[in-house]
Amino acid sequence: MKISKPLLYALGFLILIGLLALPFILNPNAGFGGSDDQGSAAIGRISPGYTPWFTWFWQPPAETESFLFAVQASIGAVVIGYFIGYTRGRKAAGKAEE
Amino acid sequence: MHIMEGYLPLIWCIFWYLASIPFVVYGVLRIKKIFDEHPEQKMILAVSGAFIFILSSLKMPSVTGSSSHPTGTGLGAILFGPFVTAALSVIVLIFQALLLAHGGITTLGANEFSMGIAGPIAGWLAFKGLRMAKLGMAPSVFVATVLADWMTYVVTASELSLAYPGANIFNTWLTFMGVYAITQIPLAIAEGILIVIFFDFLVSNRPKMIESLLKEHILPGTRRSVQ
Repeated sequence: MKISKPLLYALGFLILIGLLALPFILNPNAGFGGSDDQGSAAIGRISPGYTPWFTWFWQPPAETESFLFAVQASIGAVVIGYFIGYTRGRKAAGKAEE
Repeated sequence: MHIMEGYLPLIWCIFWYLASIPFVVYGVLRIKKIFDEHPEQKMILAVSGAFIFILSSLKMPSVTGSSSHPTGTGLGAILFGPFVTAALSVIVLIFQALLLAHGGITTLGANEFSMGIAGPIAGWLAFKGLRMAKLGMAPSVFVATVLADWMTYVVTASELSLAYPGANIFNTWLTFMGVYAITQIPLAIAEGILIVIFFDFLVSNRPKMIESLLKEHILPGTRRSVQ
């Protein structure tokens, strides 16, 4: 049986969404805190009293932080989207791969 | 997977900087060579960097009840090798350290070594090994991407265990592995699926480019000419 490519892609994305939804079904009450913070907390347990010896002068407020993360993601998304559109457009225009 | 600012003793900050710098410098030279000799590869190079940008900004929930982000380094490692990927990764790590206070400048060397170097080396070796063993393209890409992602977190756990061995370094390592590596398993698998889909797009639409980057014939004999 040959499964068509769009169907295969859709299946892949479905599994992806499932993987990201599963945590909320298995662990509905978890805090989903960042593993980075948990790592720092683990250092605190292993070396009690450890205080970071250097702090960066700038710590964005939570809203600004999510804004900057979104900026970072959108830079990536724009480049990838441009590439996919460019590639498909060339193909549709009947141009050979350069 | 980032070790936060100030959380590594100075001696380890210096150690990981020294370990990472040669990879980044050689990677920058390789990128310059690509720009000079293969300008047609520039766009795919940018796309490889773009995956690192987007995926390392997405903090995803994991079945362990904590959140973490993929690394996005697998694609670059497969197409361009670990050195170029090291140079691409450091851009993202500096962006996050300076603007987001995520990771840090003192811990940049250690974070670069785990995400930009160790992960991509693992992914690149896995890809080359599996292709030599005649495994199909999709499974090879999947395993390489998952490993590039997951090894990053294994190495982060190891870096922290070396800096904070505690009473028993192996137990400490298991603690850090519990924090970083277990959380990462489903996220690495998710990244693997995404990159397999994108790689399939690349192979279907840019077969010549992929052949020249991978230095192997992926569409032997009956290759359709690309319209």
